[in-house]
Amino acid sequence: MSLSDLFTEIILDHYQHPHNHGVVENATQSSRGYNESCGDDIEITLLVKDGVIEDAKFSGAGCSISQASASIMTDLVKGKTIGEAMGLAEQFYSMVKGTRAESPNDAEEEELGDAIALKGVSKFPVRVKCATLSWHTLEEAIKTEGKK
Amino acid sequence: MTFDRLKKDFPIFSYWASKGKPLIYLDSAATTQKPQRVIDALDEYYSHFNANVHRGAYELSQIATDMYEESRAKVAGFINAPKPESLIFTRNATESINLVAYAWGLNNLNKGDEIILTEMEHHSNLVPWHIISRQTGAVLKFIKLNDDFRLDIESLKDILSARTKVISVVHVSNVLGTINPVKEIARLAHEAGAICIVDGAQGVPHMPVDVREIDCDFYAFSGHKMCGPTGIGCLYGRFDILEKMEPFLGGGEMINEVYPTDSNYAKPPHKFEAGTPNIAGAVGLKAAIEYLETIGMPDIQEHESRLGDFAARRLAEIDGIHIYRPAKNGTGVISLSIDGAHPHDISSILDSEGIAIRAGHHCAQPLMRTLHVQATARASFYIYNDESDVEALAAGLEKAAAIFKPRERAHVVK
Repeated sequence: MSLSDLFTEIILDHYQHPHNHGVVENATQSSRGYNESCGDDIEITLLVKDGVIEDAKFSGAGCSISQASASIMTDLVKGKTIGEAMGLAEQFYSMVKGTRAESPNDAEEEELGDAIALKGVSKFPVRVKCATLSWHTLEEAIKTEGKK
Repeated sequence: MTFDRLKKDFPIFSYWASKGKPLIYLDSAATTQKPQRVIDALDEYYSHFNANVHRGAYELSQIATDMYEESRAKVAGFINAPKPESLIFTRNATESINLVAYAWGLNNLNKGDEIILTEMEHHSNLVPWHIISRQTGAVLKFIKLNDDFRLDIESLKDILSARTKVISVVHVSNVLGTINPVKEIARLAHEAGAICIVDGAQGVPHMPVDVREIDCDFYAFSGHKMCGPTGIGCLYGRFDILEKMEPFLGGGEMINEVYPTDSNYAKPPHKFEAGTPNIAGAVGLKAAIEYLETIGMPDIQEHESRLGDFAARRLAEIDGIHIYRPAKNGTGVISLSIDGAHPHDISSILDSEGIAIRAGHHCAQPLMRTLHVQATARASFYIYNDESDVEALAAGLEKAAAIFKPRERAHVVK
């Protein structure tokens, strides 16, 4: 395992200059996720209208992997339907857990965008939870629909 | 004592070296490695002497019972307990504290009584008291930390009152390495009519401990943090208190007579050891203590303290580093953070160099909040570490600082 697989330029950039950091003011739903083993703590807020995620932001603190993953995730799901976002989450899980044999094809790479930079996490099993935290929290937030 | 050759006593180091991945183990506050002598003792017990204890009227059972009770006497002597019967075997320090919290606390604490803890406690000396305070209505109070990461004993004097029933403190902080003045705290507790419990998980493995000199009522520690096997822990208790205490768990081994609707109990320590105990664990712990005695506890403390001080000086040279450790320390624990580099990331970078440290909240979340950090990275030294390990750590931390140095925003997403 090589460190450059984990701390890629894209990850470091998202970590040091995160996108969508903050709270969606008129959020329709939200959820807080916590990674007990290293203390990563994030909150996802969403504005969902007619089944489409119109805005997504994250706040909180944590390691580079969890923070970069949240930055990338919020970029990716904005403008997507709930169904599309859930599909991306599944693609992301299988990539970072290394549960699929073949590499993502071009279409999938296109869909996952910067999240492809987290592929190296699959070689660092102890860091998988950091990468998936924001996506699991997104799924929880989606389930809170109507409650806020 | 020369510590240079001790690494050879621990087979895990030669194993990883033979795999081409030499292990630099700096997480002994979590658990220590095991010397061959301890591994052999477990092997010999299971291969030659395995039987249940205090039961079978046959020779093998008597041998196993003798081995188990000899271990109790060895451990009791190691901490200068007045007699072996004041030493209870548990699973670990956590279970030892829970035993006191439940068996003593539930029966002796009432609404409005006060339990005093400190701001540097491990969850093992916090959560049991949360449970007990919820059930009894007893109130929790805390001794504060001063700017040098030590307990502010004046703040203890402020919160002591006639309602204080328990003071339970950590002997040595697993995060800060601070050695607390437990003898003075025990004296203040007794003057107030309270009992004093000491969490010695980071004490006994690293320094000479004399429970009679400290004069505490209970002292808890774990075998696996002092070269012993996992799953064996100890609780020293003042015998007159143990005699009056209700049992913790019920079952075999801890009884005298049992009738369908009632039973009476064995005397301490067996009253507190329900079910088949960890016999092999006790045997292994005895071997561990015998091993530590060949080195000598004063020398062990001196060695760790010297390494800790050397590390504090060497690591202070790294840009952006913060060290959470008293100026004068006396232990081999060093917690740190580096600006811009999360402890979990630091740990991954060190891991790629074969260096094992702990990153996170160290089961001390309230202390993390007091320090205003989310987490720290912690290196903890033991008898098999030396200056070259500190140099490797320093090089790894410098690499982490370089990877996470502030950069211009480079990457633009659609």
